[in-house]
Amino acid sequence: MPSSTGGEQYVADIWVTGGKTLADVNDDIAAPIERFPTKKWWVCFITAILVFSLGAALSTDMFTSGLGVLGLNQPNGWGVFIVNFVFWVGIGHAGTLISAILFLFRQKWRTAINRSAEAMTIFAVTTALIFPVIHTGRPWYAAFWLLPYPNQRHLWVNFRSPLLWDVFAVGTYFTISLVFWFVGLVPDLASIRDRAKNPIRKFIYTVLSLGWRGSNKSWSHYEIAYMLLAGLSTPLVLSVHSVVSFDFAVSNLPGWHTTIFPPYFVAGAVFSGFAMVVTLLVIAREMFNLKNYITLNHLEKMNKIIMATGMMVGYAYSCEFFIAWYSGSSFERFAFINRAFGPYWWAYWIMATCNVMIPQVFWFKKCRTSIPIMFVISLFVNIGMWFERFVIVVTSLHRDFLPSNWRYYVPTFYDWGITLGSFGWFFIWFLIFCRVLPAIAMAEVKGVMAVEGGTSHSPDQNKSEVPAHV
Amino acid sequence: MSKQNLAGVMGIYENPHILVEAMDQVRKANYRYFDAYTPYPVHGLDAAQGLKRSPLPFITFSAGLTGCILGFYLQYWTSVIDWPLIVGGKPMNSWPAFVPVMFECTILFAGLATVVGMFLLNRLPNQHRKAFDPRLTNDQFALVIEASPGVDEVPSSAQKQSKTYKPFLESEVQEFLRRTGAKEVKSVYTEEWF
Repeated sequence: MPSSTGGEQYVADIWVTGGKTLADVNDDIAAPIERFPTKKWWVCFITAILVFSLGAALSTDMFTSGLGVLGLNQPNGWGVFIVNFVFWVGIGHAGTLISAILFLFRQKWRTAINRSAEAMTIFAVTTALIFPVIHTGRPWYAAFWLLPYPNQRHLWVNFRSPLLWDVFAVGTYFTISLVFWFVGLVPDLASIRDRAKNPIRKFIYTVLSLGWRGSNKSWSHYEIAYMLLAGLSTPLVLSVHSVVSFDFAVSNLPGWHTTIFPPYFVAGAVFSGFAMVVTLLVIAREMFNLKNYITLNHLEKMNKIIMATGMMVGYAYSCEFFIAWYSGSSFERFAFINRAFGPYWWAYWIMATCNVMIPQVFWFKKCRTSIPIMFVISLFVNIGMWFERFVIVVTSLHRDFLPSNWRYYVPTFYDWGITLGSFGWFFIWFLIFCRVLPAIAMAEVKGVMAVEGGTSHSPDQNKSEVPAHV
Repeated sequence: MSKQNLAGVMGIYENPHILVEAMDQVRKANYRYFDAYTPYPVHGLDAAQGLKRSPLPFITFSAGLTGCILGFYLQYWTSVIDWPLIVGGKPMNSWPAFVPVMFECTILFAGLATVVGMFLLNRLPNQHRKAFDPRLTNDQFALVIEASPGVDEVPSSAQKQSKTYKPFLESEVQEFLRRTGAKEVKSVYTEEWF
């Protein structure tokens, strides 16, 4: 908080600025849902559809011609698709961290961002799930191979394989994130329903809100349910990226076979996810006029988390090198020297620069609170984290134990096009979300406003007291 | 809106502090059915209303335990009983490898049961009782003294017949709510959503 004149003074954090009343919260947050989309929105939406169409067309071509159109070769059996899978699952983790872990730690500032971050989680996991499925080459067989169900072949899936653990982990993660998100939405959908004038909208939101009336007996069960879901999601989110890291760590390949992977992946996931949240919210607060709800104060808090988790992944990078040397295994040492100074040196240093060095500017409050700087840095972190997964997947695979087996991996136009298409897919959903559902948890924001001292009761008096950021 | 389906009498309050105090008085006045309707969960209202803690954690725990056992049993049955197959030189019942799936099943069952349990306890989806006032999901706080059990009532708690309650008389209740500081008092009627 900005220090008042005349020395240090503790000022309680204010999470809604501009002297808003409870009714203003409904008006402001429901506004984007109740008006026609703006031109800016249509430009974004049509761009997203075009980008997705490119990916869809390339994927269709890939299904008909085979996986040979990709850059995959021997020994690089995993490429950009697996990179994308890990990247997108990781993006989702920030949403659960904000909605569940920050809830358990009573971090009130989460109320402004949890709804959109959870939406991001769901769309990111949906995007992630595309990749292992299309990576099979024949996605219509994926259900055969992935799910344990009684079948005429009398075969079961292999429960000792981390790839199968992944099916359960990501599947559970998606399901629980979805219901958690929906439970959070119910009271807000009821708010939208009660202010709806158009009968069709009223009907739709009546059904979606399940007839919620906000009775205190309901709230009493609701709050316990919310807390339980937060308590369940917390170990779940930690398990998901741990299990994703098992895909690598359980194998015997140098560069993958390390015990640091689960915590390292989880920290990296939160890191990349927060960067994505900052990217999206900087745009959304501008587009939908939510600056009094998603304040600089919120963004600064997120930037602090970006810096902290960035240093955690930096620690993991150096720890890996130390253990490679300390292990005394020549293969292990080679894998890491090759990672930083081998043919893929450029990928390694893009990763190290974007993830470890660039976020260090957040030590300065000026940078933490500057919208253009944080936006650029969040993009760098997104790029850096994509390259982190590229480094993990490709540099470990391309030079394995036998030098005669070594080969360089170059992604083709298909790899890049489908990757780009996944961003289109993600943004299609996110843009629709911003249009049809309240992007901020209205009921929760009102609860936080009440704790601040009843903004609702004396709006005129509060208007002068509440500092307006931005 | 006929007089036959009178749901109760509603008082609307300026802010949650007055609501909590009014709720305390309503409970002490010994009315049979009453509830508050608020745009967000108001602190201290549960105690003022005399609500017991939700039984939901027991549902969650039992479902989690069930999920854990079923998760193990699925893996044990497929790997040891139905089609024993040696994979990676591990024993048939290689339970440490089963832990991740057991864990995920625990969370899946517990999480879904929590949501379903909450919906059942709250009688959601609720088709039959329309919201009393659209302002109650916006910025107003209401207290309703009901003529009959509300839709959100858990039947088990409504079964306690040992106490004698104050009878519901429309005009008397209206007067009572006005005295508790309601800025607006009106009778509300049961309506369907559609």
